[in-house]
Amino acid sequence: MSEAQGYQKPELVCPAGTPAALRAAVDAGADAVYCGLQNATNARNFPGLNFTPAELDQSLAYAHARNAKVLLAVNTFPPAGKFEMWGEAIDRAAKLGVDAVIVADMGVADYAARTHPNLRLHLSVQAGASSPEAIRYYCEEFGIKRVVLPRMLTVAEIAELHRQIPCEIEAFVFGNIGMMAEGRCSLTNYVTGLSTNMDGICSPAADVHYEEDAERNLTTRLGEYVIDRFACGESAGYTTICKGRYLCGAQTGGYYAFEEPVSLNLSALLPDLMRAGVTALKIEGRQRSRAYVKSVVSAFRKAVDDIMAGRDAAFASLLALTEGRRETEGAFPSKRWR
Amino acid sequence: MQSQTSEITLGPVLFNWNPENWRDFYFRIADEAPVETVYLGEVICFKRAPLFEPQFEAVASRLKAAGKTVVFSTLAEVMSKHERRLVESICAEPTALVEANDGSALLQLRGRPHHAGPYINVYNERTLAVLARGGTCNICLPPEMPAAAIGALCPEAAKLGVTLEVQVFGRLPLALSARCYHARAHGRTKDSCQFICENDPDGMPLRTLEDKPFLTVNGVQTMSHDYLNLIGELADLQAMGVSRFRLSPHSCDMVEVATIFRAVLDRGIDTAEAAARLDALKVGAPFSNGFYYGKAGHSWDRPRPH
Amino acid sequence: MSASSRARATPTPLQSLLQNAPSLLLAPVPLAVLQPLFTRIATHVAQSRPELFARLGPHAGKRFLIDPIDLPFVLVLTPDATRPSLTAHRRHERPIHDAGIAGTFFNLLDMIDGSLDGDALFFSRDLRVSGDTEAVVALRNALDDFEGSALDSVVGSFGLLSGPAALALSGLRAVRGK
Repeated sequence: MSEAQGYQKPELVCPAGTPAALRAAVDAGADAVYCGLQNATNARNFPGLNFTPAELDQSLAYAHARNAKVLLAVNTFPPAGKFEMWGEAIDRAAKLGVDAVIVADMGVADYAARTHPNLRLHLSVQAGASSPEAIRYYCEEFGIKRVVLPRMLTVAEIAELHRQIPCEIEAFVFGNIGMMAEGRCSLTNYVTGLSTNMDGICSPAADVHYEEDAERNLTTRLGEYVIDRFACGESAGYTTICKGRYLCGAQTGGYYAFEEPVSLNLSALLPDLMRAGVTALKIEGRQRSRAYVKSVVSAFRKAVDDIMAGRDAAFASLLALTEGRRETEGAFPSKRWR
Repeated sequence: MQSQTSEITLGPVLFNWNPENWRDFYFRIADEAPVETVYLGEVICFKRAPLFEPQFEAVASRLKAAGKTVVFSTLAEVMSKHERRLVESICAEPTALVEANDGSALLQLRGRPHHAGPYINVYNERTLAVLARGGTCNICLPPEMPAAAIGALCPEAAKLGVTLEVQVFGRLPLALSARCYHARAHGRTKDSCQFICENDPDGMPLRTLEDKPFLTVNGVQTMSHDYLNLIGELADLQAMGVSRFRLSPHSCDMVEVATIFRAVLDRGIDTAEAAARLDALKVGAPFSNGFYYGKAGHSWDRPRPH
Repeated sequence: MSASSRARATPTPLQSLLQNAPSLLLAPVPLAVLQPLFTRIATHVAQSRPELFARLGPHAGKRFLIDPIDLPFVLVLTPDATRPSLTAHRRHERPIHDAGIAGTFFNLLDMIDGSLDGDALFFSRDLRVSGDTEAVVALRNALDDFEGSALDSVVGSFGLLSGPAALALSGLRAVRGK
């Protein structure tokens, strides 16, 4: 029986870039949906994406009527002189009654904790808190209730961490696998002048250029730098610097210096994560379509329910949705990934 | 707001130098470089720390004897038991002045005076105030901070008695990862790296598929190819209220670099002459200052004569 | 049209005829014949979904070349709030545009319809993007926020003609094997 096996039923936390995607996630069985406002206060500040205050209000009603929570990501770092917009986002979240705010910046966390003491705070992966001491710091300073862990820990390390921190753990189980420590990457800003931390943008589309030649070889570029070249028919990935192919003295020809275009998929490790004391399982992809949300959320909903019922989790293939059409368990199974 | 005296500081050596060269470098800094504060300690990889351990005491003593303030820097990326133990051992020294580079060090240093390093995300007034109430007395800002934000932060820092420090020379630290890219380039993992990073005293260059120089790999850290150079912006930074100017060490003549920056702070030479002398160092990469102007970090506006 | 009414649709001679729609579209129909249909689609979307333009922001008014690579014509979409247009052109005309999206007719249809993920199509190289990438991303995100199916909404707008149009759409979906 699953209880005897020590499983704790996890919350399935799902992405939504638009109200339609939020409804798709709720309908597919999300326990909670996370989203952002249409500005730099969140880390997916992409064109055409995210929620107006009115849309957030309506979406909250939709989710709450179906027993799903809504979490608002206010997880970027306001530069001095522009704090107001972040403060307004926090105020709005409190006023509309979101179930929790996901914060990264210490100043934003402090503002939320002092201005709205009843507002539940989750620590974003963008805060990069990866040790018990760092997590305790945020818990003690701001009353953080849950930490979203960086995608760099093994399952064994997560279990160990669980015993040493006073808050819940949320762990990524599917989606884009950022190679650089979140909240500590200025690569995009170095190339484009837009900051992932301050503007909420990674690889801005305005600076992404695709060039396909007559043989259908695809060159992808961010600003003036070539990020990758794909032969005709070769699966492609996002035009992000950490997924690019480069030259270096130790290699002959272009190689993936950081990581190949690949997506995280921990479906096979779900039982281990659930035993490790993870409270919430997070699916990445606010920038993806509602078709993606529906497929991925449905698959994980079924798998979690199967495990809780003591059945083997039969997993639908999600390979078609993955970057480079390849999957990895990343850092989670062992330290060899590092 | 120019009440504080301006200091040149030397950031921690970020690369895996030969331990004897490392020691000799600091001895020469102690003897010859016009820097007031020197940051010492391994920031990038816990595996390197034991390599410098035998020289550490001698280096710290020599720097102190030369009248330098020594600040001990902690690791930027802290996760494993080894990494946590290393941070703990530095923070456990009650009389040492420590620069925190992650949240775990902040927890351990809370309540006593300490520095916050450029790997702590201090972007705004409110974050600065949070740190100040925990004992932070000096903050080295993230290198991507544009001038507008630095200027907006200065009054709050002055109000709370926190000094602000800005990196003005050397490759830009751009990203950190749990994975070692030096090891990966050589078909190894972080555990089996055999210290391959020791062959690259200024990091391992990465070029694009068009053979254009782009980034620099330093173990788990990714840096810029070009060298940050804010020689032309020193006066502006001073006027805003920034009082410490950090040079990030490279294998080029850092005594000369420090001398040039000091001379500009003292109005001993003008920026045009200083820029020409920095060019003459031939660091092997272009200079950049784009972040300061809120533009792409790699871009470069040549200093206008002051 | 909702999913349930789609399921109620029973095969008719008309529908089986419409299952051959792709070959109809492949036939050398004068584009002038199709143009009123495209104009109707553009006008309907603009009138019934003003929030689309809010999502497009500065990209409303740009010219999107939509290239169904297996059909003998291309479309230029200008999602302008006041003067929306969708015009058909022969491919060799190379109409002026700001951004381009190319893929098979059915992949484009399914993406607009919300049943295929645009990023996944890009990863598998089944979708080609050119020109103003940001405009394409904005358009994709704006279309993805359509309640239910964008195409169903357009079909519903044909009033008396919506029956045959809906059948055409379900016929197309059946051919797709979805």
